[in-house]
Amino acid sequence: MKKILGLVLSMIMLVSLCACGSGNGSDENNGSAEGKTVKAGFICLHDENSTYDLNFINAAKEACDEMGIEYVIKTNIPEGQECYEAACELADAGCDYIFADSFGHEDYMIEAAKEYTDVQFCHATGTKAHTEGIENFHNAFAAIYEGRYLAGVAAGLKLNEMMSAGTITSDQAKIGYIGAYTYAEVISGYTSFFLGARSVCPTATMEVTFTGSWYDETAEKEGANKLISDGCVLISQHADSMGAPTACETAGVPNVSYNGSTVEACPNTFLVSSRINWVPYFKYSIGCVQKGEAIATDWVGTIETGSVELSDLGTACAPGTREAIDAAKAKINSGDLHVFDVSSFTVEGENLTTYMADVDTDEAYEADHEVIKDGYFNESGDGLRSAPYFDIQIDGISLLDVAY
Amino acid sequence: MNSKNEPLFNIVRRDDMNRRKAWCIRGLAIVIALLLCAVITMVVTGDNPISVYASMINGAFGSARKSWVTFQNLAILLIISLALTPAFRMRFWNCGGEGQVLIGGLAAAACMINLNDKLPNWLLIIVMTLASISVGALWAFIPAICKAKWNTNETLSTLMMNYIATQLVAYYVVCWESPKGSGKIGIINQNSNIGWFPELGNKYLLSIVIAIVITVFLYLYIYYSKHGYEICVVGESENTARYVGINVEKVIVRTMILSGALCGVAGLLLVAGINHTITTTIAGGQGFTAIMVSWLAKFNPLTMIFTSFLIIFLERGAGEIATVFGLNQSFSDIITGIILFFIIGCEFFINYRILFRKSKKTAVPTVGKEDE
Repeated sequence: MKKILGLVLSMIMLVSLCACGSGNGSDENNGSAEGKTVKAGFICLHDENSTYDLNFINAAKEACDEMGIEYVIKTNIPEGQECYEAACELADAGCDYIFADSFGHEDYMIEAAKEYTDVQFCHATGTKAHTEGIENFHNAFAAIYEGRYLAGVAAGLKLNEMMSAGTITSDQAKIGYIGAYTYAEVISGYTSFFLGARSVCPTATMEVTFTGSWYDETAEKEGANKLISDGCVLISQHADSMGAPTACETAGVPNVSYNGSTVEACPNTFLVSSRINWVPYFKYSIGCVQKGEAIATDWVGTIETGSVELSDLGTACAPGTREAIDAAKAKINSGDLHVFDVSSFTVEGENLTTYMADVDTDEAYEADHEVIKDGYFNESGDGLRSAPYFDIQIDGISLLDVAY
Repeated sequence: MNSKNEPLFNIVRRDDMNRRKAWCIRGLAIVIALLLCAVITMVVTGDNPISVYASMINGAFGSARKSWVTFQNLAILLIISLALTPAFRMRFWNCGGEGQVLIGGLAAAACMINLNDKLPNWLLIIVMTLASISVGALWAFIPAICKAKWNTNETLSTLMMNYIATQLVAYYVVCWESPKGSGKIGIINQNSNIGWFPELGNKYLLSIVIAIVITVFLYLYIYYSKHGYEICVVGESENTARYVGINVEKVIVRTMILSGALCGVAGLLLVAGINHTITTTIAGGQGFTAIMVSWLAKFNPLTMIFTSFLIIFLERGAGEIATVFGLNQSFSDIITGIILFFIIGCEFFINYRILFRKSKKTAVPTVGKEDE
């Protein structure tokens, strides 16, 4: 028995010795092109199985590899104290720049930012940087509503094709949309998508259902099936799983995707996908750290600067889609077309002339800023905040359930 | 032929295993598990398995902060495991730890949100503590009274109470969410810190101290108090307990209230001491993990320190592997699964002996030989 005990102990010692020995020189291969040597840390809510996080992970790798800087990516970090701990661990490990990708990470990033004042903390989709007044905490977003509008154009043309083929009548041009929460980011998304569709298909209507989760494959699939059985002839979604696209592929209903092309899984029904390309932001903000410059409190990328992208079109798209999208894109870039032009939608039958939005986060959801400017709703505007605040229910869109 | 009907091997229960031998078997199981994990790591990823283990250790103890977090997580899991233990010793299968923790946390969050400007901070913290403990106890009392009065199945009722607690939390998250429609509450009283537990030196120590206090208390309660003895007797045989004059119903209800109250403490610490928010996933399945921790420790509070340490170490290490090697979280789950499989599996060899068929020729006779 002593022999076995000795064997066990010696093996444990061996393992731990090797462990200590190899722990050191593993991550010593950093170098930077210019200025300060920067190490970047990224915090992701899920891993690469979520299209949302995959989009961030790919962008982080691309930006850091191009800039030649060392980076660490932490995946599956929940929206709780774990986020604070992860951010602090990254700071302890020598990261000068820490980024978190999920809305619920924000408060915990702020806590970490207060503690590590010489580290820059950046957060996507958050709303508090402009009111918290913490110098090393920054928000970023992109004008994804522009991308969704263009994706909506593709959807509207598909509806037109179905009408001219006689599969649906003009009053059956109903779009279904699966959203995560009844939050401005989602409302802004589906409204811009709908306005894009209606710009080419005036009789289009839309039904929206909510899942109450950013990633719930079953709920998203069920939501899609519910909308399809409800008579929706085209589906889009703002949630992160493959639930809705695969439900559409099974049912043979065209689908407009988000965060990346789903053409491989859904070759017959995929139309187009819009996504935010985070590479420009990562290069900008990490570049600021390298050069010792201040990062913008609220940074908004646009379709013009390459932060908003459309995927390649699927084979299911109607003929002429490419040209129509390019034309609309040119108008957006030239400033001739505003997605939220107040003349293009009504609220309870009236055109909006004034709207106070809740830009500054507070417990009472107090509307605090006038956001209608020069005849359009100034989404993610200069001097306001990067995250969307369009939370208006416009005519033509009906919400099926607003529990979340 | 005699050996024809005799099976290849027999499994026989044994009681003669001495402690040292048992621990040798357990140690050997861990070593074999680590070796198997090493082989799998090499085959699947091509990474050096030693560096995988090194990063596991680094994930748990790589820096002062990592070590503190490891011990804090250990403290929470230990408290929940300890909470379940009195019920388990009574053979009352409390699978409702998750719900009792959640509802305790919900009570604390409710006080932090609704009373933040009505009470002085010290009084609020006392109210929160009482609220969490009593609501946790209530969540355990309901299945206990049903079991005591009508002999309902406690496994089912405690499990169902989990769902009710989760749905209640989901409901209140929508009520309290900020900003509206976003589905999250965020840090409660982030700037005023009202209702936050004071720090004992650092953020992490408070939970650890409370865990130590509860461990000592439960150890004494179980082994050196009359209540502990009654629990033991009820667990062995309810009829015996009745015969010697123990009020079985009372013991069941009293023990479950203790169990739920301690779970409530865990929920309170999670909300007021650590996360400062409430979500449906704040307990993170620890109410179920604690069942395993408690069983592995054979319901001994002191052994439970080591079994909960093992689980937390694997969890922290697994997370680090996913980060360092860019591997999916699933890979670290596989490693954790293998190690736990061996650790739980080795108990079989400690409790049972395998007797192979005694045969002078071969263990597996061929067809030809049987025809002879």
